[in-house]
Amino acid sequence: MTTEADAPTRTRITPRRSGRRSRWGLLAIGVVIAAITVFPLVWMVMGSLKTPEEVNSPNLIPSTLTLENYVYVFSQVPFARYLFNSFFVSAAVTVISLWFHSMAAYALARLDFPGRERIFLAIFSTMLVSAPVTIIPTFIIVRTLGMVDSYAGLIVPAIFNAFGIFLLRQFYISLPDELEEAALVDGASYWTIYWRIVLPLSRPILSALAVFFFLANWNSFVWPMTVTSDPQLRVVQLGIQSFQQQYAADWNYILAASTVAALPTFAIFFVFQKQIVASIKTSGLK
Amino acid sequence: MSTRTLTTPPPQAPERGASDRPRPTSRRRRRETRAALLFLAPDALGLITFVAIPMVLSVILGFFWIDGFGNFDFIGLQNYSRLLQDPQFWNSARVTIIYLVALVPLIFVTGLGLALLVQQNFPGVGAIRSALFLPYVVSIVVVAMVWQFMLTDRTGVLAAALSWLGVDGISFLGDPRYALATVIVVTIWLQMGYYMIIFLAGLQDIPSELYEAARIDGAGAWARFRNITLPLLAPTSFFVLLTSMVAVVTGGLDMIFVLTSGGPANSTSLLIFYIYQQAFLFGDLGYAAAIGSVLVAVLLLISAAMFVLTRGGRFSHDD
Repeated sequence: MTTEADAPTRTRITPRRSGRRSRWGLLAIGVVIAAITVFPLVWMVMGSLKTPEEVNSPNLIPSTLTLENYVYVFSQVPFARYLFNSFFVSAAVTVISLWFHSMAAYALARLDFPGRERIFLAIFSTMLVSAPVTIIPTFIIVRTLGMVDSYAGLIVPAIFNAFGIFLLRQFYISLPDELEEAALVDGASYWTIYWRIVLPLSRPILSALAVFFFLANWNSFVWPMTVTSDPQLRVVQLGIQSFQQQYAADWNYILAASTVAALPTFAIFFVFQKQIVASIKTSGLK
Repeated sequence: MSTRTLTTPPPQAPERGASDRPRPTSRRRRRETRAALLFLAPDALGLITFVAIPMVLSVILGFFWIDGFGNFDFIGLQNYSRLLQDPQFWNSARVTIIYLVALVPLIFVTGLGLALLVQQNFPGVGAIRSALFLPYVVSIVVVAMVWQFMLTDRTGVLAAALSWLGVDGISFLGDPRYALATVIVVTIWLQMGYYMIIFLAGLQDIPSELYEAARIDGAGAWARFRNITLPLLAPTSFFVLLTSMVAVVTGGLDMIFVLTSGGPANSTSLLIFYIYQQAFLFGDLGYAAAIGSVLVAVLLLISAAMFVLTRGGRFSHDD
């Protein structure tokens, strides 16, 4: 879009007659669609601030706003614990997988060794598997390894996916050849090159992937439900679901719990929007 | 990436000509290989344990009777013959087909439509783009809660809005006629922003000169869309069709689990949900794996068919 403006050689074509009017028309359409899209989330947040008497009223803004629902959620169930579990698991998966994936991608992109292409193809082909179908055998393996009902069971199987390796490898291949030459001549080890040269250069792509991994794990539901039953290990998504089963019709409480679980994702979205969009775009190119 | 190197060709050209760096000694080669294997080891080990072995197991398990305690017994094709006579399996297969046939094109159309809208330059387009993408970052559990709340019979906000319009008594999640359609609408709402971004990336790769030229030649908006946008967007379209198919099957499990539990009257019991039910609620892991194998086989067949029909999605064009 901006390229149109900064291409100097091209003669500007006279703007179309309807230019201005159609722009306002587009804005109107956009605003309506955006409002409809955001409405459910606004309705959730507003509902969480309503009293039990008013939660089912069709008014967006209630006569009394209250934070009681939040107090109730945190005092009735160990919701802080659920939040901690989610945070801990998501952070651990994100950090470990970025570390492992960047090492693997570095080897696949920058080092020369027999069988490199075959190993890459093998890793790439695992991307074609859809997770829910392998959830049963993965569960059996996790059970065999004794990781059911443990943080390890939540974290370890979530680390390994070829998607991150693939994206990082593409990035490392694009770095110039001369990058490690000097360091190699100076006798630096491959580890030093990876740690001192390659990792610092990959900060933008690593942060994009970090946001993506953290979100995916924070929002994950089926695997935690499958692998844990201990309430101490309950992650926040499971917490909401079990909360709903307990307080079936008390929507003001359920909406408060949902809002608490969604707030970190909203925050991440508003802060890291660029990174999220960038990583989706890179994944879509190939 | 390649454009950057093009700006400074002279210093790079001679180096590229010489086939490689100072001739590596065999000692250095060994060192490099050892380092590479060490770098690869953690991920390779993990991928083998938690991805490759499960892939192989998922096929093998279908030939076994397994209970929730880890006892198992080889029973040949019994799970598969049972599957053929299981009305619940056929119902789930039917639901899954309707779900895919409706959802994949709708996601395609909404994603592309929104991308075409927010690709335009008008005031506030950035904020609108963000708003359209926002649902994607919310978890499916939260999404399901919000929609259940809005779709509650009689007291929900949608019921209120409809009764204001004079329509009463529609039960979106409680009526087998509407439940699957409701699930589809909620899924589109959740996913459209993601595909909008993917389409947007594809659209931005189309050189604007083509549109300018077509406009000079007097091509209308529809002609430009048909003759420039659609053909040049083919790789993106292929990617979206393929990934959205797998994604809605995958995400469908969470969605169905929280939103409808497969009901009412099994009208939203997707295969992926039925598999999960058999495995973890009824403890019949072998039978579940057999159904899973069928689902994977069908998905692979569809992907392969798409690949052949679109001649590989013309992926390798721009490389």
